[in-house]
Amino acid sequence: MAVLTERPAAPVRRRDRGARTLVNRFLGYAVLVFFALVFLYPFVIQLGNSLKTQEGAAANPLSPFPDPLTFAGFERIFAGTNFPLWLGNSLLVTVLVTLGRVFFDSLAGYALARLRFRGRAGLFAAVIAVMAVPGVVLLIPKFLVLNQLGIYNSYAGLIVPLIADAAGVFIMKQFFESIPVSVEEAARIDGASVFRTFWSVVLPMARPALITLTILSFQGSWNEFPHSLVSVQDPHLFTLPRGLADLVSGSLGKGTQYPLKLGAALLATIPVAVLFMIFQRYFVRGANEGADKG
Amino acid sequence: MATDALAAPATTPAGSPRRKGGIRGNENVTGWLFVAPVIVIVGLFVLLPILMALWVSLTDWNGQGSPFTGKVPFVGADNYTRLFTEEGLARRDFMTSIRNNIYYVAIVVPAQTALALGLALVVNNRMLKGKGFFRSAFYFPSVTSSVAISVVFLFLFANSGAVNQLLGLFGIDGPQWFSDARGVLHLLLGTVGVDNPPAALTDGGPFGLTWWDWLAGPSVGMVSIICLVIWTTSGTFMLMYLAALQNVPVALDEASTLDGATRWQRFRHVTLPMIKPTTFLVLTLGLIGSWQVFDQVYVMSQGEPAKTTLTPAYLSYRTAFRDFDYGRGAAISFVLFLIIILLTLVQRRIMADRDEPRRRWWRRTGEGS
Repeated sequence: MAVLTERPAAPVRRRDRGARTLVNRFLGYAVLVFFALVFLYPFVIQLGNSLKTQEGAAANPLSPFPDPLTFAGFERIFAGTNFPLWLGNSLLVTVLVTLGRVFFDSLAGYALARLRFRGRAGLFAAVIAVMAVPGVVLLIPKFLVLNQLGIYNSYAGLIVPLIADAAGVFIMKQFFESIPVSVEEAARIDGASVFRTFWSVVLPMARPALITLTILSFQGSWNEFPHSLVSVQDPHLFTLPRGLADLVSGSLGKGTQYPLKLGAALLATIPVAVLFMIFQRYFVRGANEGADKG
Repeated sequence: MATDALAAPATTPAGSPRRKGGIRGNENVTGWLFVAPVIVIVGLFVLLPILMALWVSLTDWNGQGSPFTGKVPFVGADNYTRLFTEEGLARRDFMTSIRNNIYYVAIVVPAQTALALGLALVVNNRMLKGKGFFRSAFYFPSVTSSVAISVVFLFLFANSGAVNQLLGLFGIDGPQWFSDARGVLHLLLGTVGVDNPPAALTDGGPFGLTWWDWLAGPSVGMVSIICLVIWTTSGTFMLMYLAALQNVPVALDEASTLDGATRWQRFRHVTLPMIKPTTFLVLTLGLIGSWQVFDQVYVMSQGEPAKTTLTPAYLSYRTAFRDFDYGRGAAISFVLFLIIILLTLVQRRIMADRDEPRRRWWRRTGEGS
């Protein structure tokens, strides 16, 4: 490039361009900082106001500084609501769903990528078709099935329907196809069974895809709301999003107790936020994976 | 580029000539065993439910007992005609929800696409540092819980909330967001002196809503939900644009600069055509996603004020689980399903058409550089 830009007119133009670059840079940063505020300040407000008194939050909601500072909101979260219970349920659901998805989706993805069996092409087409089914239209249908199977309002109803998903199968299949066959072939010739080869040769090579899938599943099931809405009714089976929604629309009513509500929402956000900070590039990969499947 | 690398091997034939003989003998059984758990789960909780709901949408089931016994009255297409042709509250509510969602889509999709592209262009600027931080900052809202974020926005848009306090700094008296059912278009007409609707528009209109109602625009309450959604989704789409922008060859940009193209010309005639497939993807994913808005409505407004934030997704839920009219609720779901599937098919069709020339283009530049 450097060679190309050396042209006769360069000296005049370059000084000109230098000034313009500076202005551009300044404008660029101004835009970035402005939008960083737009995207992050709501979280700052959330934190600040969760530490205020109710009056303080109502009087000056824009300020991030609690004055006076109080932990009353958080104390009431733990003493006055079922928060610890929701947290426990969310953890249980998330861990089981994530384990289930990682295991079952890899198994199916591997079969679709590598094993030759009758009906494979049709199955893959079905996976693609199922990915297009929008979740919200399944609200009533899912309730019907859970009801019919007798697992409505139980942990089974909360967990089992989520432990495998088409998008995860797709991600794993695509990944398995991108790694060379030769290693597995060698293992197979040495006499290892298909499952053995999959478990101890292929899976260890699939670490990046497994991490992506783990993160997507964790985030998805931790934040999952509509499914818990139609699968359980008993407050003892509420997950965090369900409990939060109940807190806002139900038991406490609107317009009151903002420090408590904001604090509870904040606590529910922290696990995914921490995960995001550590495994950011896998989140990015997951987002673009989503683009690819569309 | 990463996506292409993943997709490319898919086009090669499944089995190489080496794959023959004894060790492959039992792959038929093993293959089915490997996919069996996924088939059972997806079959039981995605496919079977769809069939069951299709049946329920043709009945009058009220939630008592099983819907699959002879006792449940079969009503044929009644639940569907109530949505489209029969005068009544059912049609009024459904058409109101369709209207609300159309305005919602009409604002959310262009706004989030433009914002995503704008942010991606700035973040992609080669002269700026700290891109990683800004990229994360813009993307972070997308990964958080929709319910938790809705709680935060309820507070931000409260009557004495942060948004109104901010507006107050500029001397603007903010509205009571969640109890203001006035349509934005009506408000705009009000500013030019049209306070009372012309009689021609209130006399009648399609599907039981007057023309005046159809032309209300999103309500003030809906605007707050629109803001929330644009804020949470732009980051994801920005990432898609960033991936696309990183594939635009720098040489092309430099060449057009030397040819004397202005920044706008370069954007309009070089960058924009190069990222056209991504724009298309972002637009259609946005369209598909924004017909599914549910969580935010559930937490923030429950369809209020005056049903102006009712969406088909939320209406189907409410009809079934609050009014116990499961038949009509399921019928609404199916109409929504049809809308979304139609959009998806259009998208896949056009993406498939575009994919071929695009692949070839990558390959050519790959060889050239």
